[in-house]
Amino acid sequence: MPGLKDVMESVKESQVWKSVARNPLPSNARTRALAVLNNVFLHLHPVRAPQSGIRLKYTWCMGGLTFFVFLVEVITGILLMFYYRPTVEFAYADIIDLREQAPLGLMRELHRWGAHTMVITVWLHMMRVFMTGAYKPPREFNWVVGVVLLLLTLLLSFTGYLLPWDQLAMWAVTVGTNMARATPFVGYEGPGAALLKLGDINLVHSADDVRFALLAGRFVGEATLLRFYVLHCVAIPFVATILMAVHFWRIRKDGGISGPM
Amino acid sequence: MADTTKEGVSRRGFLSWLGLAWTAFSAAMAASGIALARFMFPNVLFEPPMSFKVGRPEEFALGVDERFKPQGVWIVKTTKEIFALSTVCTHLGCTPNWLSAEQKFKCPCHGSGYYVSGVNFEGPTPRPLERFAVFVADDGQVVVDKNRIFQYEKGQWTDPQSHILLS
Repeated sequence: MPGLKDVMESVKESQVWKSVARNPLPSNARTRALAVLNNVFLHLHPVRAPQSGIRLKYTWCMGGLTFFVFLVEVITGILLMFYYRPTVEFAYADIIDLREQAPLGLMRELHRWGAHTMVITVWLHMMRVFMTGAYKPPREFNWVVGVVLLLLTLLLSFTGYLLPWDQLAMWAVTVGTNMARATPFVGYEGPGAALLKLGDINLVHSADDVRFALLAGRFVGEATLLRFYVLHCVAIPFVATILMAVHFWRIRKDGGISGPM
Repeated sequence: MADTTKEGVSRRGFLSWLGLAWTAFSAAMAASGIALARFMFPNVLFEPPMSFKVGRPEEFALGVDERFKPQGVWIVKTTKEIFALSTVCTHLGCTPNWLSAEQKFKCPCHGSGYYVSGVNFEGPTPRPLERFAVFVADDGQVVVDKNRIFQYEKGQWTDPQSHILLS
């Protein structure tokens, strides 16, 4: 009768185990470092973190919490996509059905609360980094990446705002995108747009300016709903994921978590 | 010929070919970039037409006609003239409601108010509603052309295209 130890031993000797796990189980400093270095997810992290740098009082764990909430948003978002149709005919009814008919009618609320939480944690993370001076050399570039990630978080909130397709969504996005009309040169009411003329013909007008590209029309309509849906579910998360990988990897490359001053 | 290799390619010649190649490659990349950006501008819009007929001048009753609100205009008839008011609030772009009891346009978003003429008198809006070009077509029907805009604050409401005078 083989004991548990013998079973574990034969599992670790098997070809399947060896092909997946390149290293023995970590037992000393060297094998612990190897476990981090040889794992595609863990290698984004610093191999070691100073005890002073990961105190809750110092980091608030806000970056980690933001990433956690992002994962919650990805999972609940994918689940919501199984029930939601981004068309004028179905969008609002599907949102109501997600609450009234779908199992666990909480999924959409989780996604919405998560979105609010993520904006809050991103701001607090940014404030912590600012207050502890963690943006200073050699970490300036990672601060810039972080600012872009902040922008993407806000854009995710904005594009998600339209998807319920109720009066609030409609007019909030109408008002919000009207600002794009005032973009210099590429918005038709912006400064410089009136200078771009061929004879009497305005080159920048309501059907070819930057707001038109955002809305796929002169006003918020079905094409806008589809465009915001694709931006919200695919395009922005795609860019954000890549930047997050860079953001985490740069922490390691810039010398780990910053220490207390 | 110190800088010529056995095959007869000089350093200078190689570098100029390299420069040309990179220029051509960059131009091709820029052109594809522009083509990709163009993809985001649809050719066909599923929106109401910008120019349309609304009926004969004598068919309108005095006051505000709301039948063409879905197309983005109120047709207003006074004893003197007919004009087409834009339904877009000049504050932030919501659609005001016509309140016939109070004889005013009132925006539900932030409370901007306009007289029948389109001139603002309350709320946060900075300027009057815009008017669109109107004219009588050959068949006697009024045509509204939303491509041409007339703004009160620019003194454009005296333009003959901004209204149809009733004799």
